Amino acid sequence: MSVLRRIVNTFSRSKLHQEIDAEIQAHVEMRIADNIAAGMSPEEARHDALIRFGNRTVMRERMTAMDAATALDGFGRDLRYAARQLRRSPAFTATALVTLILGIGANVVVFSVLNAMLLRPLDVPQSSGLYNLVHKQKGYDSQSYPDYLDFQTKNSTFSYLAAYRPEIAGLSTKDAAYKCWYYRVSGNYFDVLGVQPAQGRFFHASDEHGPNSAPYIVVSNNFWRAHFNSDPRVIGTTVDINKHPFTIIGVAPPAFHGAEVFIWPDFWMPVVDNPDIEGTDFLSWRGNHNLWVLGKLKPGVTPQQATDNLNAIAHELAKQNPEDDGLDARLTKPGWLGDQFGAPARSFLAGIMLLAFLVLLAACANLASLFAARTADRGRELAIRLAIGSSRWNVLRQLLSEAVLISLLGGTLGTLFSTFLLNALTRWQPFPGFPIHVTVTAGPKVYLVAVLLSIGSGMLWGVVPMRQIWSTDSAQVMKSGGATLVFRCFTLRDLLLGVQITLCTLLVTSSFVALRGMQSSLHASLGFQPQGALLAETDLHMGGHFGDSVTQMRKRMLEEVGRIPGVTAVGIIDEKPLGTGGSGTRVYREGTADFRPSNSAFGAKYCGISPGYLQAAGTRLLSGRDFTWHDDAKSPRVAIVNELFASSMFGPANAVGRRFMWGDKLSYEIVGVVENGKYETLTEPPWAAMFLPLEQNPNSDTSLVVRSPLPSNQIVPELLRTLTQIDPSLPFVFHTWPDALAFVLFPARIATATLGVMGLLAAMLAVTGVFGMAMYSVSKRMREFGIRVAVGAQPMQLMRTALKRPVVLLLAGSVIGLLLGVVASQLLAQIVYEATPRDPLVLGGVLITMVLLGFVATWIPAQRALRIHPARLLREE
Amino acid sequence: MARNDLQGTLDLLILKTLSQMEELHGYGIVLHIQRASDELLSVEEGSLYPALHRMEMSGWIRSEWKVTETNRKAKFYRLTPSGQREMQNAEKSFEQLVKGIRAILRYA
Repeated sequence: MSVLRRIVNTFSRSKLHQEIDAEIQAHVEMRIADNIAAGMSPEEARHDALIRFGNRTVMRERMTAMDAATALDGFGRDLRYAARQLRRSPAFTATALVTLILGIGANVVVFSVLNAMLLRPLDVPQSSGLYNLVHKQKGYDSQSYPDYLDFQTKNSTFSYLAAYRPEIAGLSTKDAAYKCWYYRVSGNYFDVLGVQPAQGRFFHASDEHGPNSAPYIVVSNNFWRAHFNSDPRVIGTTVDINKHPFTIIGVAPPAFHGAEVFIWPDFWMPVVDNPDIEGTDFLSWRGNHNLWVLGKLKPGVTPQQATDNLNAIAHELAKQNPEDDGLDARLTKPGWLGDQFGAPARSFLAGIMLLAFLVLLAACANLASLFAARTADRGRELAIRLAIGSSRWNVLRQLLSEAVLISLLGGTLGTLFSTFLLNALTRWQPFPGFPIHVTVTAGPKVYLVAVLLSIGSGMLWGVVPMRQIWSTDSAQVMKSGGATLVFRCFTLRDLLLGVQITLCTLLVTSSFVALRGMQSSLHASLGFQPQGALLAETDLHMGGHFGDSVTQMRKRMLEEVGRIPGVTAVGIIDEKPLGTGGSGTRVYREGTADFRPSNSAFGAKYCGISPGYLQAAGTRLLSGRDFTWHDDAKSPRVAIVNELFASSMFGPANAVGRRFMWGDKLSYEIVGVVENGKYETLTEPPWAAMFLPLEQNPNSDTSLVVRSPLPSNQIVPELLRTLTQIDPSLPFVFHTWPDALAFVLFPARIATATLGVMGLLAAMLAVTGVFGMAMYSVSKRMREFGIRVAVGAQPMQLMRTALKRPVVLLLAGSVIGLLLGVVASQLLAQIVYEATPRDPLVLGGVLITMVLLGFVATWIPAQRALRIHPARLLREE
Repeated sequence: MARNDLQGTLDLLILKTLSQMEELHGYGIVLHIQRASDELLSVEEGSLYPALHRMEMSGWIRSEWKVTETNRKAKFYRLTPSGQREMQNAEKSFEQLVKGIRAILRYA
């Protein structure tokens, strides 16, 4: 009670006064009554009662002082005094504030992102115990529908398993047609995630009765608002999806966007409707791994028990089905499209968080130096306070209040500034045409972290002068007129500054490496020439084309687009390289009879291309021939492979005319060999790859590659007109091929930008750190320098004394930082293409940066040391 | 050494009074100490109330506004468990103080 009471008392002192008065009044009255009863006159009785109390005001003050003297009131006084002190030295305050705003702001931004991406559970009602079921081998994260069903029915450790996959489809109403991203999901999907519809109803497992049995969709709240004006009457109406009628049965709640952190689909559709929509039936195809599986653990089951359980099922399935040979299971945290994106993203964010924290530490180191210097300058004031009876604890508390006050102010401003940044980040849509949003909002957790960081950093640099205060001998200090600062060979402050310079060099090196990597990735040998090529992408199923109609449409498109003036080459590929997806399969040597995965030669990427694609894409054909329209579904199977495929299968011998086999037990003849390329990411290891004729690899995805020397804004309108004439209902997405690479360049861009910003921050802090130290060491030794100049010292000699220490620190820090940078670049190489510090430009860049930095930081102190006038200086003293 | 300053003595007197009388207002405490000590001890009002206030802050006693037998509103104090413990400590240290002083008086 007492603490609460004290706080209340401090804020309502007058109330306390009243209570004390009332109590004393009661006492006095009782005494008067007794006195009168004992025979005194009322006058006498009153006098006697009052006189016993002595001075009532003094007593009341003594009583209230007990409350006022508590820490709270004292702290308030400290704060007021601190504010006055800080107003009196605006330069120090401003430096400290800017440093802290940057340091704390950077931390808050990074922590918010980290919190939103990794720490915050998925934005669904029941997020605990949710796991993605993936394969043990990294990068193989999806399951086939039959495997999913077996896992779902045979496991004993999950309450539910749901399956989902993002897809694109054309959705058309009476009035408009949209290209939409949607999830095809198992019937129990919404029940597993535990969400309730905002309007209408959701579909459930009980709605599924075999293929194409549930023609229902649930639209997202955003889509409902944007395209149906939030009209509840839309429930029950019919829309066409890829020209098939579907009924809208419900609207999802506003924040709900499924179990992936980034993806915001437009609607959800039962997976059983897939055959109609896609034209292919993967529901019974055990070898087709294309669904992500999400499960909710039963209460009390550990992830390890669940993994064992699933592995046992996988083992059994592998025995029963040849397609499941080698099947295994692993659990991973949901939200990041399995582990493929999650693991690198997690380590990258954790790394950035560490860097941000180090930057803040560096900032604190700076402030500690500044503050210690300031305390030394205030030595006399502090000595007087100690001499007239202030306790050392009081003095320290006073200094700490100053530090914490500045830190809190800096933290508040830094948080404000980072909120602006985060808002911009939330509004940002990194890839036009993709349903990707990064929603980062600063919640209570973030604010708590900001406050803790502020107070923590204030404490950190505020206690540095503690030793100074404790060792202050007030008599000594007042006599000598100022604090005598003892210069030791090597102090904690030097170490902090050295660490800071090391960190700065590390960050500068990393950002140079990343920048160079970005630059070289634009000129990397991708296996195609993005410059000068346009892409027009669509899915022919959206126009209701299946089977032969697909081929007819493609032929017409190629013919008519090829006739557009200025178009030099045109071709079609079903899944463009370095896009969002890619298909891979195992290939077998000719003559293989047993097609189990362990007998395969290797894995290869594959896609379908039209005749003329290689020329339009600028992929070099090294030997053999391109496809023709005669390589169709009825003719013998043929393939064009890349160099790596050819050399892995046949060694150095010419591969053209030789054969290999696929898991579908068909034999393929190699008709051509093309250069190697990049297929899924820029940093991937070289992959074997093969191209198939479009008709031998049925797929309705269609990317027209149009090569033309004309600028894209001239060719796109003509292209659009031509394609609309062929089929007005087909939605197309146009972009230049370099623009389309934004997706694969995204991680590298983010890494480069983040490292750049951090590097800049660290450089600024290092400059102020070195500057502060050099300036201080010069100003403290002005008198010594004056004497030395007077007795004939040369300017260079003075410079050497004044700047030796900062320069040595700068050199040592730079060397260590560069070495660390070399190590860090190996991590960076996973994100950025060809990241290597063994590049003269990188090394030279870092060197020049650090030298410049050193110059900037020491220029003014050096000037000050050089402009010493001994006569004037000695006169002043 | 036990804490045996004079303030401690006043505390002891108040605590003991409250433990004997259960519940009492400030004036009552003054009267009780006077009466119980056969008029040998008298507590100064100027010291009593600050002491009561301090002891309440420390959580040894707790107060409540009530009506007296003579129909006056007054603040009544009562011992808390932690005050009970404090009283036992104070009693012990007071006895040591008395022992110490007596030893010195008997010396020589």
